[in-house]
Amino acid sequence: MAKKKRRFKGGEIPTASMADIAFLLLIFFLVTTTIDMDKGLGIVLPAEGEQVEVSSKNILNCLINSTGQVLLGDEPTKISDINRVIRQKIQANNKLIISVKSHEKTKYKDYIAVIDQLKMANATRISIAETQL
Amino acid sequence: MKFEKRTRLSSDIPTASMPDIIFMLLIFFMVTTVLREFSGLPVNLPKAVRIEKLSSKNHTSHIWVSKEGLVSIEDKLYKTEDIRHIMYERRAADPQLVVSLKADEQSRMKLISGIHNELRKADALALNYATLQAVD
Repeated sequence: MAKKKRRFKGGEIPTASMADIAFLLLIFFLVTTTIDMDKGLGIVLPAEGEQVEVSSKNILNCLINSTGQVLLGDEPTKISDINRVIRQKIQANNKLIISVKSHEKTKYKDYIAVIDQLKMANATRISIAETQL
Repeated sequence: MKFEKRTRLSSDIPTASMPDIIFMLLIFFMVTTVLREFSGLPVNLPKAVRIEKLSSKNHTSHIWVSKEGLVSIEDKLYKTEDIRHIMYERRAADPQLVVSLKADEQSRMKLISGIHNELRKADALALNYATLQAVD
């Protein structure tokens, strides 16, 4: 049986779907690249050697112990209540500075929870004291 | 006078250059996306509600603190006392520097407080505690 000779019909690569392929690639890369934005609680540390005299009635001590219990002024407070208490205190005295002091063995998690609560109460004057034993 | 009706006007949008345009877009996005530069230490970040975004990646410097108490900057381990030199140089090079502290939620405040002091000495006062968004 004789083979039929195939006639050559021009060698073009179809480019009509090229756009679709490129679009697919584009979308694939757009979807797979995750831009990890840094998010967190912002705070400004006091400058070194900076000491400002503040009258004692404008200062509220917030002490965190090693088990994550919080003493706000003189009263033991639950972490979830700090928000509400601080809000009231700031309303009474808008010059109030909250001084956060923690024990050396306090967990960072508890500390962040307290700072978060202060932020929720819209406290802008937060001071961070050194840890104490 | 009679107007001649134009009939030879083609109404097709030329699609021959479409792949080129899309490839350009693709390459643009690939070039502009900055991938993570440093892997850091494995940390479980704490969660918080009132979080804010850091304005710019270029002005951010990260410090990783693991729960074992290791401190890492750009994938190198440092002692707490070394932070001041590194951060002082960075702060001098970029006055808008914000330090992002990626500390494990189980780390102790003694170390964190030590880092606070180092940053104060380096005059890098803008600090950001990296946290995850708490589901409220």
